[in-house]
Amino acid sequence: MTVTAAPLVEEFRYGLDAPICLTWELTYACNLSCVHCLSSSGRRDPAELSTAECKRVIDELERMQVFYVNIGGGEPTVRPDFWELVDYATAHHVGVKFSTNGLRITPGVARKLAASDYIDVQISLDGATAEVNDALRGPGSFGLALRAMRNLADAGFAGFKISVVMTRHNIGQLDAFKTIADQFGAQLRITRLRPSGRGADVWDELHPSAGQQRELYDWLVAHGENVLTGDSFFHLAGYGGGLPGLNMCGAGRVVCLIDPVGDVYACPFAIHDAFLAGNVRGGGGFAEVWRSSELFTGLRQPQSGGACTSCSAFDACQGGCMAAKFFTGLPLDGPDPECVRGFGEQALAAVDAAGAPRPSGDHSHRRAPASGARAVGQRREPVPVSIGPRPADGDEAIVAGQSSGIMPDRACDQNPLAGFRLPATAG
Amino acid sequence: MRAQSAPQQLAPAAEFDLDASWRLHPQVSVRPERFGALLYHFGTRRLSFLKSPALLTVVTSLAAEPTARAACVNAGIGPAELPAYRQALATLAASQMICGRTAS
Repeated sequence: MTVTAAPLVEEFRYGLDAPICLTWELTYACNLSCVHCLSSSGRRDPAELSTAECKRVIDELERMQVFYVNIGGGEPTVRPDFWELVDYATAHHVGVKFSTNGLRITPGVARKLAASDYIDVQISLDGATAEVNDALRGPGSFGLALRAMRNLADAGFAGFKISVVMTRHNIGQLDAFKTIADQFGAQLRITRLRPSGRGADVWDELHPSAGQQRELYDWLVAHGENVLTGDSFFHLAGYGGGLPGLNMCGAGRVVCLIDPVGDVYACPFAIHDAFLAGNVRGGGGFAEVWRSSELFTGLRQPQSGGACTSCSAFDACQGGCMAAKFFTGLPLDGPDPECVRGFGEQALAAVDAAGAPRPSGDHSHRRAPASGARAVGQRREPVPVSIGPRPADGDEAIVAGQSSGIMPDRACDQNPLAGFRLPATAG
Repeated sequence: MRAQSAPQQLAPAAEFDLDASWRLHPQVSVRPERFGALLYHFGTRRLSFLKSPALLTVVTSLAAEPTARAACVNAGIGPAELPAYRQALATLAASQMICGRTAS
């Protein structure tokens, strides 16, 4: 129809004047030490942006008309000025969605949050049972999250988010997660495990098997209407049908990350110098980094899909997630490590995992978490997850019946697009 | 208070009254872009896209025009294009991005 110009996704690939939404990790400090933390959080960075600097960033976001920011960390609520910054943002027409492990969501806080239409809350939960959750997130973390959810529900905060990173140990709990969300009047949000931050250390043991990926895809097709995914799983589109979402890597084009010290990265899962575009403390502030940094300008040029371009699934997956490839040692123009056609597995077998780039900056607790962990108790020691067998070659059978794709596929999964649906309409 | 986001469906154009008075929903922010505009509804927390600058003109002038039809005409939309714009407006209405002006 005449109202439609070029496909919107094409427009997005060339970047926008401002991000649609961006992730802002306010602090590296955290009371927990989740084994798969994408930002290797734990200890506060002494160079963290001050309250005044944060407000200047918010002023810029208001000028750029960034509708809302996804605030995370670390555990953002441990910043003493957290509520001040939230109030400042909403007063300046920048909505806030913040992720928390539930630490500070008391009944009183929950009531305050429920009273604002400009604040959304996302509680992290990586197991539908304490056993599965606490193995990743630490002892007591399940109870902490549940307490926060109860407080939010009791305060009348309908539709808060429960955010789950899908792993080998919780794919089988999808229905149980949905039940928990329904119980609290919340909305389930599931995202992909990336080999970012400390996730690089546990990705091999925790990422879903090929069979589980299929299970996840089928579940999303059956239940996806009311489940958010942050566009996480479009690499699964190679199975045959696309899932809701933009189906593109938005890194540096429609999303980005501001880290606690003001560094701007292409996406929340790419904390590495290779994806560092600049710092908000620079003369031109965030806007200049977004609009003219060399890195982002480059990302907005047509990307090479490499061998993937000849795969029949390439249109769906676009070659996959940049960060997932990078931190598993795969070339950026090669297959995603979790390519549904199995090409990622083949590629992984051919690279030296020890040679994969390491995430920059490690703020992990040196030993036990600091005293801030009082609500959670002591830290779990080494990664208490069982190490499953790597998917066998036979897993390729899972794509039997598909056209003979030459190469992999992949997806992009930046969380900032969570909840956005491309309207079939409005043009 | 907090509306749950529901999947956005293509609304039936026939149900959109071009001769009624409309306006942008007060909780919606508009950000012009090269291709048209981004709309964000802070109540439903949903994003929408206007895929043409002309549609942006229509949407932002709704409140000042007696009818949606007048807003379209003044934006230079001819009879041949009108059904497509009606469709777009119907969808925006269904997702509460625009709403009817009643009294006042």
